[in-house]
Amino acid sequence: MSIATDTSPATGTTGSALRDRAFGNATGLACRECGHEIELGPHYACPECFGPLEVAYDFPEVTREQIEAGPRNIWRYKALLPVPDDIEQSPNMEPGYTRLLRADNLARELGLEKLWVKDDSTNPTNSFKDRVVACALSAATEFHSKVFACPSTGNLANAVAAAGARAGIKTVVFIPANLEKPKQVNSAVYTENLVAVNGNYDDVNRLASEIAGEEEGWAFVNVNVRPYYAEGSKTLGYEIAEQLGWRLPDQIVIPVASGSQLTKVHKAFQELIKLGLVEDKPYKVYGAQATGCSPVSVAYKAGIDAIRPVKPDTIAKSLAIGNPADGIYVLDICRETGGAVEDITDDQVREAIVLLARTEGIFTETAGGTTVGVLKKLVETGQLDTSLETVVINTGHGLKTLDAVSDLVGAAATIEPSYAAFTASGII
Amino acid sequence: MSVHVRIPTILRTYTGGASEVTADGATLSAVLDDLEANHTGIRARVLDDGGELRRFVNVYVGNDDVRFLEGLASPTPDGTKISIIPAVAGG
Repeated sequence: MSIATDTSPATGTTGSALRDRAFGNATGLACRECGHEIELGPHYACPECFGPLEVAYDFPEVTREQIEAGPRNIWRYKALLPVPDDIEQSPNMEPGYTRLLRADNLARELGLEKLWVKDDSTNPTNSFKDRVVACALSAATEFHSKVFACPSTGNLANAVAAAGARAGIKTVVFIPANLEKPKQVNSAVYTENLVAVNGNYDDVNRLASEIAGEEEGWAFVNVNVRPYYAEGSKTLGYEIAEQLGWRLPDQIVIPVASGSQLTKVHKAFQELIKLGLVEDKPYKVYGAQATGCSPVSVAYKAGIDAIRPVKPDTIAKSLAIGNPADGIYVLDICRETGGAVEDITDDQVREAIVLLARTEGIFTETAGGTTVGVLKKLVETGQLDTSLETVVINTGHGLKTLDAVSDLVGAAATIEPSYAAFTASGII
Repeated sequence: MSVHVRIPTILRTYTGGASEVTADGATLSAVLDDLEANHTGIRARVLDDGGELRRFVNVYVGNDDVRFLEGLASPTPDGTKISIIPAVAGG
């Protein structure tokens, strides 16, 4: 492929040259909008049209056996990621290969025949963000970055702070000042540099973009190394297919914040088909949002392909991105595959958190509550085929957002320590 | 009216490397016209062929995203700081 050289040469955030195969089978960065190509580097916006840059690859033959012989983490898919061949040797959080649980109780409750939960709450910092951060950390290392940073709605800050600590790189994480306390603590415990910004996530994001443009040697995982970071979400799709026995589900429900995860799971399925690792078959992709921040769902329902930014107002703070950069691609994918984008109220989010916990023993945070609640709504409104194999993604652990359900659940009875009091309580 | 415009890295080839320039105009549209007059080519990077803001560009007048204001017709009072920032995502 021809690579234009009208931007920076192939160097890192400090101007140092890159080593050979620093990004494995990746060959360059390509604009998703206009196709313009540039060399691998800490770039995220197309110099021609500002469109998002994506990693381009020249994949070799990859077999199921090669993948199955790999480690039980995302690096089993390293040939399909922008990471070096020796990625396992560098200190990282080794996320991924989380459980795919058959969810018969929840399926029965919702009226579905075959349902699985991809439970990413069991990653090292209890959210799917460990996957993307592992790829971003590799990029930061290869770019010789001095600071590992992010703007975040919480989960990402946790993952960046922890991964940076393990890798021995300075971390700075920026969060909205009103973020849930547990998510603040979960980051601050790993880093001295948690910065609370008076504003919403979009304000924090804007600040990070400005800093990334001014400061040398900074790797903002979801800004200037975003093309590499975002590729980590593909591993969710690879794992789901592998854990289903190397086949794709019929339907999948995915939460939508920026929209990146949904687009990357779809990309992963497409790559597996092209590589001959799974059978080519139709599947439907559904996006889930909370009504208080549902710009993609609103556009979907209105039948338009432009996203109108909103000011978020929802308890699902990890999905509270009012100006989702990948929203238009979510619309394209959900429409092309015959899926949909749906949204539910905060009360429905809370109810879905409890529903998942009491049917499957999985405690999800508000994002997972949104996804399960939207699954329920899709069934109730006839938008999803109850006879088909369905996967729903749980992206984070409920311990991060205890406040969301603390008024919904609690002691069923408070009694004196006697058998008589217990039998009188009505518990049995 | 004179305003200050923050220029993102990928547009600094048009401003001789300057990260901030001054421009004149009572609205964002007029400011972009003035920028174009002094830094030829920059407007086509910010606006699409139909003259609308490109999808992946965010422009702020002060602290406000112009998509929440009046878009290209947003007023730009004297001394205003305007920021042009590539759209990014995360979470």
